[in-house]
Amino acid sequence: MTSFSEIERAILSVRDRPQEVINPAEHLLQMGEAILENWLIAHKQIPTQEKYEGFRLLGLHRQGAKLEPSFHACRETCRELIYQINLYHMKKDLEQITLASLVAMHLLLFIRGKMEIQELGEFCCNSKAVST
Amino acid sequence: MNDRTMRDDLQTVAYYPGCALEGTGHAYNRSTKRIAKKLGLNLVEIDNWNCCGAMEVKNIDPEVQNYLSVRNMAIAKHKMGMDVVMAPCNGCYHNLKKAEHDVTHKEETRKTLKKMADKTGQPEYKPGDVETIHALDWIKYAIGEENLARRVKHSLSGLKIANYYGCMYTRPRHIFPEKDQGEGSESTSKPHFMDDLLRAAGAEVVEFPLKTACCGGAHTLSDCDTSTRLVLNILQAAEACSADVIATECPTCHSGLEMHQIRAEETLGVKTQPVMLYFTQLLGLALGISPRQLGIHENISQSLGLLRQKGLV
Repeated sequence: MTSFSEIERAILSVRDRPQEVINPAEHLLQMGEAILENWLIAHKQIPTQEKYEGFRLLGLHRQGAKLEPSFHACRETCRELIYQINLYHMKKDLEQITLASLVAMHLLLFIRGKMEIQELGEFCCNSKAVST
Repeated sequence: MNDRTMRDDLQTVAYYPGCALEGTGHAYNRSTKRIAKKLGLNLVEIDNWNCCGAMEVKNIDPEVQNYLSVRNMAIAKHKMGMDVVMAPCNGCYHNLKKAEHDVTHKEETRKTLKKMADKTGQPEYKPGDVETIHALDWIKYAIGEENLARRVKHSLSGLKIANYYGCMYTRPRHIFPEKDQGEGSESTSKPHFMDDLLRAAGAEVVEFPLKTACCGGAHTLSDCDTSTRLVLNILQAAEACSADVIATECPTCHSGLEMHQIRAEETLGVKTQPVMLYFTQLLGLALGISPRQLGIHENISQSLGLLRQKGLV
């Protein structure tokens, strides 16, 4: 399993020097998957290898959302990451990689925040209530 | 927007400002009222309104939170005779929509809320008594882009804007059944109403990938560092899109962006350029209202220099 600090370093290196990374889009997608793997392993799940709509990232998100309803909150971030990566494949413009890396960073900060402070209550304004 | 989606019933709506608009979001309150006046729309504030239950009550007892929300809606309907409640705060809007969803779909909620209403002597709220809308829906459906564009006195051209909607305006999707209904409706995955309105006012709207991303608002006190980093990431994304301004429509997001921008500079040493303005302030400028009347001086984020540079002040 890749730790959050390793993932963070990897995302930052893509963000700051995208031209130096081989296949930066694939690298960011893998980092996105690694973020969700951390969440699932912490919840005693074996991360799925299955894809949803062609992406393992979305398969992992679905798996996580079954455990924890509030996990739906990062669904759009996962989809936005894929959208930005698709745009990169279409345009081959490294600026798209910068945007994709900022989206990946947001996914990391959100999931890590959720895991760090679970004891304090729900880390999500729009989640379902924790008592239901 | 085509004529099919314009609505005549929004000229006068019940106004639910909520607590934030009387405090940190005062400039949002002021600018909302100012543009209403300028556009010839009427806001009738709900009599003796109360807190919507916000975040805190929801986590303790969701039914109490539902009751706090429907009490406002019941007053608007049964004491004021209004059919539409307009809530500019994302938190209030979200909670009123959630209460409407629960009262429509859960028998247990209806029973509990009736008991609470009987006990407090307030009118009982029934599903569909009122329609709750956001300030964005209100201007979009009551005025529309074409009409708005005709009223622009100072075009926002030259201003690059990243529109930030925050999370509560679109999530969870099931409490917003009117969204994702095709042409003319709002999208929950890629909201665009603020983009449409500001574009009509002449602004250059940038493609912003984090328009509904979390700002860390809920944990700004318990986990301030994560909130700062989430906000910094949003600010850096806006910079990467070449935005001068982040337009907001939520007082919690707005004050979070303002405060954590300063904190990111102080604690992480990272300075970011975009300034924050409520979308109502931007529309007000375009309509020819003065910055002072729009409360721009009340914002923490210092935008007057940029606005002068762009010839908007």
